[in-house]
Amino acid sequence: MTSKQKMPLIEFLRQMVLIRRFEEKAAEMYALGKIAGFCHLYIGEEAVAVGAIGAANPDDYIVTAYRDHGHALARGLEPKRVMAELFGKATGVSKGMGGSMHLFDAGKNFMGGYAIVGGHIPVATGIGFAMKYEKKDQVVLCFFGEGSVPSGNFHEALNLASLWRLPVVYICENNRFGMGTPVERSSAVYDIAHAARAHDMPFHHIDGMDVTDVYTQMQKIIEAVRKSKRPIFVEARTYRYMGHSMSDPAHGHYRTKAEIDEQKKRDPILTLQQQLLEKKEITKEEIAKMEREIQDIVQESVEFADKSPEPPLEALTEYVYAP
Amino acid sequence: MAHIAYREALGQAMSEEMRRDEKVFLMGEEVGFYQGAFKVSRGMLEEFGPMRVIDTPITEAGFTGVGIGAAMVGLRPIIEMMTFNFSILAMDQIINNAAKVRSMSGGQFTVPMVVRGPGGSAARLAAQHSQSLESLYCHIAGLKVIAPSVPKDAKGLLKSAIRDNNPVICFEAQALYGTMGEVPEGEYTIPIGVADVKREGKDVTLIAWSKMLLLCLRTAEELAKQGIDAEVVDPRTLRPLDMETILQSVRKTNRVVIVEEAWPYASVGAEIADRITHEALDILDAPVERVTGVDAPIPYAKNLEQAALPSPEKIIQAVKKVMYLE
Ligand SMILES: Cc1ncc(C[n+]2csc(CCOP(=O)(O)OP(=O)(O)O)c2C)c(N)n1
Ligand SMILES: [Mg+2]
Repeated sequence: MTSKQKMPLIEFLRQMVLIRRFEEKAAEMYALGKIAGFCHLYIGEEAVAVGAIGAANPDDYIVTAYRDHGHALARGLEPKRVMAELFGKATGVSKGMGGSMHLFDAGKNFMGGYAIVGGHIPVATGIGFAMKYEKKDQVVLCFFGEGSVPSGNFHEALNLASLWRLPVVYICENNRFGMGTPVERSSAVYDIAHAARAHDMPFHHIDGMDVTDVYTQMQKIIEAVRKSKRPIFVEARTYRYMGHSMSDPAHGHYRTKAEIDEQKKRDPILTLQQQLLEKKEITKEEIAKMEREIQDIVQESVEFADKSPEPPLEALTEYVYAP
Repeated sequence: MAHIAYREALGQAMSEEMRRDEKVFLMGEEVGFYQGAFKVSRGMLEEFGPMRVIDTPITEAGFTGVGIGAAMVGLRPIIEMMTFNFSILAMDQIINNAAKVRSMSGGQFTVPMVVRGPGGSAARLAAQHSQSLESLYCHIAGLKVIAPSVPKDAKGLLKSAIRDNNPVICFEAQALYGTMGEVPEGEYTIPIGVADVKREGKDVTLIAWSKMLLLCLRTAEELAKQGIDAEVVDPRTLRPLDMETILQSVRKTNRVVIVEEAWPYASVGAEIADRITHEALDILDAPVERVTGVDAPIPYAKNLEQAALPSPEKIIQAVKKVMYLE
């Protein structure tokens, strides 16, 4: 391992379990009607956000799509304020204005979740442009699904970043499906990373089910981008366990339950727990204790969200224009 | 008469037209294997096969442009937008190509294409997924725009749209897909450009389309309890507009409230209000009132979303205003 410090694997485990339990609770709250609208769960894909954001500096920028709870929690947004956002409350990270798909936290350089597929990729590129313009050292991490790779926004942005040498890491979370469409029915290029070739951009594959691989590779990639000021493309192969959003089926016309069960054998949390147990870096008791602590955080988040006030009516028009 | 859901009426319209004319095909995201994001195209892949019911990648500009090119050489595409929020990515194709090819070519080429899908707000979907964009399309010469409110109109108008030799934009609504209504048995179409009086009344004219039409019908019942007899006019087609039916109603009631979900600035309602004022000022007993969505992106929070949209209370208040009952 090239990194200076020891890999913070215990912390990664904690973050992945937090995201998993947080979202399981969010699903429960959705069923109770406390959360509404679209709510896209990241369950199964946790290693990507945790490993990648864990490898970035705290002031590197994060931009992502609507499946954004995992990235927000990995960046350290307060769980209770994320839950409050999902509940549409004034105490939420976006003051209840955005909901599940639009988490923002300016103080943490968390630049938002966006709901138009591919639409945020040029925006992330623009943040990279500003870093170059201002001669700053920060890097932008832009996450998106493989479903946006065929889009014009994706290709326009990657060309600009490569042409102008902008410090952006484009991280494609290839979870195999965009809603009910498998990648082989939406992209002429099956090996998604090769899409970067058209823009003369270096690319890497990472194992999105293995936080160790994500972290070690992303550390090198992010530092390479920071030094060279050139963008890099990353394809993280991962898998979504749940339906596309709360109202979509987990399986049906587009995949079988057996396929999901097969993928779950490589679950990023169980894999890491197993590895840590084998290396005796954690005990079963410590894992259980971690679980309890996280359950408490999640429960507190729900209580906080539940008792928080709705936004005041003035909020309806308050943020439309800047003063 | 058959009692069917709005989504089924649309599905029947497409299937009947595809059986009638092999040049007609359906293209869009998840229309085939997934049976449609809102199940409008359920069963169509099985009946017509993958050459005529085509799943696309998430590339609205691309596949809309493909539709235009195919239409220019004789095919009749139906392009499904999963929701109209995503049609924004295809607006260059729709506005710069579909709407203009006929004019630019001096009438040599036409674009017989339908772009359809749900528009308007949908429950708690927040700013990027809850927008009523019909006025953007109505602004464009070369396009026709329809916005049916009930299954019968949905089926009849969509069939006309598919047969029309111009690009037609068809606004449906997520909240309407499950609504039920009577649909005539057998073959029928409803002409583009003809409004429909959905409820007769004598005291005030309510004008609304799509989902807001249903809201107005419900509100009219409420008003009836208060002794106010509202007439409810559904333009059904937003471009071209059937001003004659609207003016006939205004001549009877002399008072108008226009209800729309869209933002107030430069909206279809503003256009209708302008035309009524221009063509019927002398018969108006009060200035035309408009109930619209609030002039802001729709927030996620439940209370704010409610406050952002038209409601029976807001409509009743507007009716009382034009009747000087406040
Ligand atoms: C431009 C656009 N078209 C369609 C949609 C509807 N939609 C939302 S998510 C999605 C699938 C996206 O898949 P992918 O990019 O792989 O991300 P994932 O959901 O798998 O994380 C679609 C079609 C959208 N939000 N934006
Ligand atoms: Mg995907």
